[in-house]
Amino acid sequence: MTNQKSVWLRLLKLPSLLTVLLLAQGGVRGQGKEVRIAAAADLKFAMEELAGQFEKQTGTKVDVTYGSSGNFFSQLQNGAPFDLFFSADIDYPKKLEAAGLAEPGTLYEYAVGRIVIWTPADAKVDVVKEGWRALLDERVQKIAIANPEHAPYGRAAVGAMQKAGIYDQVKAKLVYGENISQAAQFVQSGNAQAGIIALSLAILPPMNDGKRWGIPAELHAPIVQGAIVLRNAKNKGTALAFLEFVKSDAGRALLSKYGFAASRKK
Amino acid sequence: MDALWLSMKLAACVATILLLLGMPVAYWLAYSNWRGKFLLESVVALPLVLPPTVLGFYALVAMGPRGPLGKLWIALFGHGLAFTFAGLILASVLYSFPFAVQPLIASFESVDRKLLDASAVLGAGSLRTFWRVILPLSLPGVVTAIVLSFAHTLGEFGVVLMVGGNLAGVTRTVSIDIFDRVQSLEYGEANRMALLLLMISFAVLSVVYAVNRRVWTPWAAKS
Repeated sequence: MTNQKSVWLRLLKLPSLLTVLLLAQGGVRGQGKEVRIAAAADLKFAMEELAGQFEKQTGTKVDVTYGSSGNFFSQLQNGAPFDLFFSADIDYPKKLEAAGLAEPGTLYEYAVGRIVIWTPADAKVDVVKEGWRALLDERVQKIAIANPEHAPYGRAAVGAMQKAGIYDQVKAKLVYGENISQAAQFVQSGNAQAGIIALSLAILPPMNDGKRWGIPAELHAPIVQGAIVLRNAKNKGTALAFLEFVKSDAGRALLSKYGFAASRKK
Repeated sequence: MDALWLSMKLAACVATILLLLGMPVAYWLAYSNWRGKFLLESVVALPLVLPPTVLGFYALVAMGPRGPLGKLWIALFGHGLAFTFAGLILASVLYSFPFAVQPLIASFESVDRKLLDASAVLGAGSLRTFWRVILPLSLPGVVTAIVLSFAHTLGEFGVVLMVGGNLAGVTRTVSIDIFDRVQSLEYGEANRMALLLLMISFAVLSVVYAVNRRVWTPWAAKS
């Protein structure tokens, strides 16, 4: 009995210790000038370079968390401590703005996403030559796309297949990844023979040694991607400065280098 | 509702397979005197500590056309194992393995050795001893193993997400369905399903604890 009691006492002390640690950490965090960004997973490489250059120019630390835009949206609604949100879809930041959770007037369309049909280099079907017909080939048993119910790239993939008139024929072959990266992973591991993924993923390692065929942009609704500064940002000034940097010529050039078409030029 | 039904079906299949597979493994782990036994015990417990993403990732690669399992499956059936119900069963059996085996080991080990000796002295072989002595005395452990592997599979998320491909009626289990609905901001529907799952899980776990506390006994005690 006494033994049990002491265990309970120790357990009770644990949370208070954790609280002290968390508070201490919070104090350190508050002092820094760093900007905390929630970014869609497909931005990973572009954002790393953007953050690196911004850090070099301003000396401000940029802390980026990558994930699914929908997840971030739910988290931000519940007070996640981010200063800036780069969504893979313009709808989420728009909804945050409408809900009064974002800084009014800071919504920025940073890019328009493009999609490609992608296969590994050793695929038996040549997607570069065949285009859409590659998906109809019987050797392609599974086609991976992002879940069209909530992923913008998945919606665009379905829209494009419908417009190309092949959707009903390939519908049974489709498998859904949680997001565009998982769809790519299904193809890369060989479990699906082809996928419709973001150009920004297809041009980077390890996907860039595969074969790809660009889906014409007019076949699907534009995948407009938006960023916004959040209402309860700790470092609003720095967040705005980072957004300005993304808007600058250098920032836009960098984004297009990573496969994100600039939105204004369209 | 389809998703919930699918999850129930998956959990029932997995619990049945794990019971059949778990009993010999647990028997061996409970009674073997091999010195290296601890290694196998660690392997059995691995799914408890490994993140589902690790299991799911290995399962996905193993099921692919370059993986050993995928090669075999494609040779046999002409299609891959990922994105199929069979693939989900396989991944879930791995994932829930310790939840079946560990309660079995614990209850096998708690059987009084003197009874086993008595059974042997009276001329019963080890199989007969298992059926007539060990198993009847381990029934609470067996019930726990069945119920826990069922419940754990019902609540499975990460592994299914990694190898399932989210196909309605085939691999879209209830946890994936809930996740999808949260992602699509259909909070009401997500809430409804989540609450249903919560109640089922609570009911299932209550059975385990009631049995272990002998609040009621699902089998007649023989004197």
